[in-house]
Amino acid sequence: MIISIASGKGGTGKTTVATNLAMAIGSDVQLLDCDVEEPNSHLFINPVFEKTITVTTPVPEIDEKKCNLCGKCDEICQFKAIIVIADTTVMTFPELCHSCGGCEKVCPENAIKEISRELGIIQKGYRNGIEFVHGKLRVGEAMSPPLIVRVRSFTKPDKFTIIDAPPGTSCPVIASMKNTDFILLVTEPTPFGLHDLKLAVGAVKMLNIPCGLVINRSDIGDNKVKDFAKKEGVPVLLEIPFDRNIAEAYSRGDMIVEKLPGFKEKFLTLHDNIKRIVN
Amino acid sequence: MKELIIISGKGGTGKTSLMAAFAYLAENKVLCDADVDAADLHLVTAPDILEKHDFQGGNTAIINKDKCTECGLCIDLCKWGAISETFEVNSIECEGCGVCVYFCPEKAIDFPLNTCGEWYISDTRFGPLVHARLGIAEENSGRLVSLIRQEAKKLAEEKGLDLILTDGPPGIGCPVIASIGGADAVLIVTEPSVSGKHDMQRVVQLANHFKVPAFLCVNKFDLNKDITDEIEKFAKEKGLTCLGYIPFDQIFTKAMIQGQTIFEYDSNSSSAQAIRKLWESLLENLSVCMKDK
Ligand code: SF4
Ligand code: SF4
Ligand code: SF4
Ligand code: SF4
Repeated sequence: MIISIASGKGGTGKTTVATNLAMAIGSDVQLLDCDVEEPNSHLFINPVFEKTITVTTPVPEIDEKKCNLCGKCDEICQFKAIIVIADTTVMTFPELCHSCGGCEKVCPENAIKEISRELGIIQKGYRNGIEFVHGKLRVGEAMSPPLIVRVRSFTKPDKFTIIDAPPGTSCPVIASMKNTDFILLVTEPTPFGLHDLKLAVGAVKMLNIPCGLVINRSDIGDNKVKDFAKKEGVPVLLEIPFDRNIAEAYSRGDMIVEKLPGFKEKFLTLHDNIKRIVN
Repeated sequence: MKELIIISGKGGTGKTSLMAAFAYLAENKVLCDADVDAADLHLVTAPDILEKHDFQGGNTAIINKDKCTECGLCIDLCKWGAISETFEVNSIECEGCGVCVYFCPEKAIDFPLNTCGEWYISDTRFGPLVHARLGIAEENSGRLVSLIRQEAKKLAEEKGLDLILTDGPPGIGCPVIASIGGADAVLIVTEPSVSGKHDMQRVVQLANHFKVPAFLCVNKFDLNKDITDEIEKFAKEKGLTCLGYIPFDQIFTKAMIQGQTIFEYDSNSSSAQAIRKLWESLLENLSVCMKDK
């Protein structure tokens, strides 16, 4: 079973839920941190990494001796990553390339060959029964979805796989949520939390995947998040009240299932409820 | 004219609440919400929309069944596996690369431009605001960010305003890169937690990579004083100035629920005082870094 943990708004406690759920389950569980722009789960899980892979994407390189400046590559490229200027020069902008392969295929002179651009790295490791994988986008790299796809390729069908998704609702989030069995949304009961939750629920509905809600710092705001969840038929599966001890534990990288009583049981119940909804 | 972008790397550090507080303090400015994926600034600024425009970005392939001979070439060419065995394009998967469109022997694939969001020019009680809304699951957030930054600049020139104050997106990817390139300075809002510090270090690297001057401030600084010290040490090593420290205070949430900035909610609170000080030193540093240019 694959579940993803998402939230429209950042900083609502997505990583707290993902890591504590993985820790509570403890065995036969995978945690894939797909928030590759700012991966944080490892700071809580502290896995022993045993493997680091560099992930690249193909981009074109032009052999100027072969190129006759016909302009076909410029014409096919939708991302302005190859430009032929005034029939005198051809230039590539590898950072804009989406690796569609169009230019190479269209070039009549075979002047284009593939080189690679580094997207980032993937690291894999373990902490006890938890298999941990995360991606780290190279600083300066704009495109995270292809790296997210590569992190997800580590999914093992016989395990309970938890995906920590990035915040928002645009393409990197969709790349992390699609083709999963369940989406757990994490929010807080504030106007910002509610607004961004509405967007996230919109994305979940579009993907047509069952979902549930965790309300974090559940007593700091108002009731509007709960009213919205009820109206939309999204079950509230866990509420975590505000507690300065939790905030401090989080700030140190401590796990609440280890440091505070009662939370391990709460997260195990959450796990059971998710399994019940999916099956 | 100066353009200041507020970013944080990590979400939830209080970036937008701080941005709203600056909107209250700053004079002669245009506000710009570049967090187009989850724009929240309008919840505090309550804009009156004056102008509304469609944002078009990218195309999606659509197979015309009447012309398609089911040769299968497009399925082989598509690097995103977006075309099904029944010759339907999954619009969520389609990257809009146009390769199938170009090579289809029957010219059976249409390639319409997407309307994938909207952008607005609005009036608020703090001055003009340029903001946007990206459709759910849409790409091209970077292009939308670039567009609204340009519009904010135009507006500032027209109105003779000398500051653009921009709420940037989280992360370090495409929309953030689009929001900081060529800006006069970024203010990085961090918090003293292992995640906050980790993410702050990555945005500092990003700002250096694109050669944008960066300043730092620590929100909720008293939540974990040890990490606040570590952040300070890191800032010193990197030659960054840490301009201010704001306490961990529920007042931000209370103000947000009222749809107010912290100054409208309680201008005498210690957090409001801390932000006022932060803003003053930010202005000083901004004019210094403009002179250096
Ligand atoms: S398609 Fe090939 S030959 Fe034509 S301009 Fe591009 S690289 Fe040169
Ligand atoms: S591979 Fe595609 S996106 Fe990249 S340069 Fe060639 S045509 Fe453009
Ligand atoms: S390439 Fe054109 S004709 Fe061939 S299957 Fe695709 S749409 Fe149909
Ligand atoms: S436009 Fe590109 S991504 Fe979209 S279906 Fe065609 S080949 Fe695939």
